[in-house]
Amino acid sequence: MDQFVLNWIFIGASFALYIGIAIWARAGSTSEFYAAGQGVHPVVNGMATGADWMSAASFISMAGLIAFTGYDNSTFLMGWTGGYVLLALMLAPYLRKFGKFTVSEFIGDRFYSKTARMVAVVCLIVASTTYVIGQMTGVGVAFGRFLEVDKTTGLFIGAAVVFAYAVFGGMKGVTYTQVAQYCVLITAYTIPAVFISLQLTGTPIPAMGLFGDHVASGEPLLAKLDQIVAELGFAEYTAHHADTLNMVLFTLSLMIGTAGLPHVIMRFFTVPTVSSARWSAGWTLVFIALLYLTAPAVGAMARLNISDLMWPNGTDAEPVSVEMMEADEKYAWMATWQKTGLLGWEDKNGDGKIAYFNDKNEEKAAAMEAAGWGGENELTNFNRDILVLANPEIANLPGWVIALVAAGGLAAALSTAAGLLLAISTAVSHDLLKGQLTPNMSEANELMSARIAMAVAICVATYLGLNPPGFAAQTVALAFGLAAASIFPALMMGIFSKRINNKGAVAGMLVGLIVTLVYIFLHKGWFFIPGTNSFTDADPLLLTIKSTSFGAVGAMLNFATAYFVSNATDEPPQEIQDLVESVRIPRGAGQAAADH
Amino acid sequence: MSDKPESNAYWAANIKIVTWCLVIWALVSFGFGILLRPLLSGIAVGGSDLGFWFAQQGSILVFLAIIFFYAWRMNKLDAEHGVDEQ
Repeated sequence: MDQFVLNWIFIGASFALYIGIAIWARAGSTSEFYAAGQGVHPVVNGMATGADWMSAASFISMAGLIAFTGYDNSTFLMGWTGGYVLLALMLAPYLRKFGKFTVSEFIGDRFYSKTARMVAVVCLIVASTTYVIGQMTGVGVAFGRFLEVDKTTGLFIGAAVVFAYAVFGGMKGVTYTQVAQYCVLITAYTIPAVFISLQLTGTPIPAMGLFGDHVASGEPLLAKLDQIVAELGFAEYTAHHADTLNMVLFTLSLMIGTAGLPHVIMRFFTVPTVSSARWSAGWTLVFIALLYLTAPAVGAMARLNISDLMWPNGTDAEPVSVEMMEADEKYAWMATWQKTGLLGWEDKNGDGKIAYFNDKNEEKAAAMEAAGWGGENELTNFNRDILVLANPEIANLPGWVIALVAAGGLAAALSTAAGLLLAISTAVSHDLLKGQLTPNMSEANELMSARIAMAVAICVATYLGLNPPGFAAQTVALAFGLAAASIFPALMMGIFSKRINNKGAVAGMLVGLIVTLVYIFLHKGWFFIPGTNSFTDADPLLLTIKSTSFGAVGAMLNFATAYFVSNATDEPPQEIQDLVESVRIPRGAGQAAADH
Repeated sequence: MSDKPESNAYWAANIKIVTWCLVIWALVSFGFGILLRPLLSGIAVGGSDLGFWFAQQGSILVFLAIIFFYAWRMNKLDAEHGVDEQ
């Protein structure tokens, strides 16, 4: 069967499944439809949270970033899992005990201030919108590929689908739909990885294969990979090249940001008990770890396969010929991806071969010139975000595996994008308008303003997604930096300190958000508009700190500001100190209640 | 409520557990995975070294262990101090 048709059968079937479950669950009980997670077992809740959490950044983008950089991008793996430790130990049980539905409600009550609540809402909107831009990049890549159109067209189509999906709405709240999405997503990620691990190492578990032996050469896989990339003039895969300070701060930003993002924290408000909030965080990480332990294997093995395809007879023989790329089935995927504008090659010296190597390495370029393949790299464009989606094609796996990955990538991108749009629209209509500006707004108007907010957010995200500030996972990393600098410190201090008062918290959040946002704009362009930046991440303003890593610094500024301002002003009133005491002990946790 | 010695003891015990868990959390990720990797480079693990393994696999497994340990330990602590949910 034609691959194009097969892709659409799998994508269509998976969507039919989600919608089917949504309808079935809705018919079953209306109350469960709104309060996802109540009375659901922590294991099931963990699976649903895993689907909510793992987005285009984790599924589509991350392994590609690891593949082309190696060890240095381990930061994504540690950062996006380590945050759950902070969440489980420092936030989840206490926020559950507090017993409201939104993050800004906690901040508003704990810091007894409508201003604090409003500032928190603004922080959430800024971080979530940046997050959606990253998702739109991934959605554009996926739709571009599966409709076989240019990535910009793919982005517009994707935006329309995300909007429809989010407006259809309530579906997002159904835990069992998310469980289905998790199952599709993890199967789609794991199956090709198992096949490839078997091909290369003979081990069915990719995480073991990564540290196993390469069957074809008998050497350890990682040693073989180090050797091949070195032969092509690239930096060694397993070696540490990146700046250490930046690596540490980047990992820390991702960790703190994880514990500061509203759509994840919200899941822990609605578990049945404080004790199950602790267990739920663990189960969530189990389901996330299944993908994250596989991702580095996917990256390393894909890098090896790509090198093999481009140098079919070894790196000391001839590079692949243009003729072979056009005729051989194994290279058909490259022509399909070329249509999206995300993959490109050019026979620059007209020798009929496509030589892939690092031409920034002068010694290597000279050697290639001398060997007759020309001094320039002829695989001119390989977008990192296509690697996971192209992976089964690169490894020449059966058509149904390719189609399954397509369905998985879309499930990851759409579920998270829709969830974030819902979070943004709730923040605007419920927290900002109803809670602050127009408290007497009717329910119909509230619903209407939620829809308008959603439409505005997706237009902004799509427009900015046309010129994204980075690959999907890098843009998402900026969102984590913003959440890290603004929300996490306020939540943590609200629980662990009785001394932090309203003025301290507001000043801290504002300083964290504004300084981090300005730092990002200085490096990525104002409002991400290309060409308006004064610095680049290659040569950043402060030491070696890239804009993606600045969130950790912003968080420290937030903590310091809140501490000094609070100590210079009045102590919080007695009833607030009692509130802090009460969230610290599990006894007496009732059901979560909405504030309306 | 804030003067009850029992809840202060509970909170102090909790802070101690959280602190130790975070020390291990930082040690396996920032420590073994990044800063202390040169010290572990002598220990080979499948074509690379122990630091690389911690950065790409080990730290995630330890994070899981920490969260489950904390959930188990805190349930016990809640009961010991009589502040568990009834």
